[in-house]
Amino acid sequence: MLKKITLLLAMVFVMTNSALADPDKLATLRKGALNKEVKAPPIPRVYNDDKRQVRSYPEQPPTIPHQIRNYQIDLNTNRCMFCHSRKAIEESQAPAISITHYMDREGQFLATVSPRRYFCTQCHISQNKVKDLVPNSFVDIDAILQQKSKK
Amino acid sequence: MSKLFSLLLRIYRALRRPSVHFSLGFLTIGGFIAGVMFWGAFNTALELTNTETFCISCHEMEDNVFAELKTTIHYSNRSGVRATCPDCHVPHEWTNKIARKMAATKELYGKVFGTINTKEKFEAKRLDLAKHEWARFKANNSLECRNCHEFDNMDFTRQSPRAAKFHSTSLASGKKTCIDCHKGIAHKLPNMKGIKGL
Repeated sequence: MLKKITLLLAMVFVMTNSALADPDKLATLRKGALNKEVKAPPIPRVYNDDKRQVRSYPEQPPTIPHQIRNYQIDLNTNRCMFCHSRKAIEESQAPAISITHYMDREGQFLATVSPRRYFCTQCHISQNKVKDLVPNSFVDIDAILQQKSKK
Repeated sequence: MSKLFSLLLRIYRALRRPSVHFSLGFLTIGGFIAGVMFWGAFNTALELTNTETFCISCHEMEDNVFAELKTTIHYSNRSGVRATCPDCHVPHEWTNKIARKMAATKELYGKVFGTINTKEKFEAKRLDLAKHEWARFKANNSLECRNCHEFDNMDFTRQSPRAAKFHSTSLASGKKTCIDCHKGIAHKLPNMKGIKGL
């Protein structure tokens, strides 16, 4: 019983302490005190050079190397398919959506884009010209394998 | 029938007879001034119907197409140039403008009878309405686009590689016109099933 009470007290102590901590020192992406309005950062520019980027791992959905401002993707139409559909690529020379996009969840191949793959921007995104908000320690699998073989 | 004929004949004779009370100077100069005033009034009225304020005085326009335009680059952008309704939907050249204005009288009929006075009715008719505009742009080689976006003045080196590629090939050869690729840039697209390319 005593143990439980001490544990509870310890928890309360930790919680109140962290809440009372200096708001400026909180690790957030706000870059400012919680109780103050922070100036909104400028809207970043988008990479628009049409250069395909390396994929960090094989399953990574490729990023979009161009502007997609106001692209309409809804029940009525899908702007991306204007260039990336099976039939459009001859003219557009854009990469076609892969065969996995035709698969339903049972692994059946459909005649056209599967509904669960219809909303392109759920996985594919264009890239902003900004600095990383937080440091990233991601290491490519090739680098890890190389390190291991050296050992 | 003969009554109408005799009336026309009387008017014709009155017009042919020289004036009895008015001097030649009054008739020519007065006629000229009246003509200028009439023409000025006509043009002022015409230009009044060619403003954004006039277009969105109907809720059909304000709540649907105008609301959609607001988020696009033609309405809000860094340089402050704005294309409003008539810039794209009314030809700038006089003859075509009058022809379009006459065709637009059908819209008055639509307004009176409430053809698209609800969101649902508008959405149901959206494809038809869009098709009219696409056909118009296709027929006049996207003239209203080119009033600002002059092909000869385009600097391909300032365009993205993709844009430069298509503009210097398909557009340059005249195989395609602006609207072929740039559908739905100012308003939301209707259900595009079966429309070429989408």
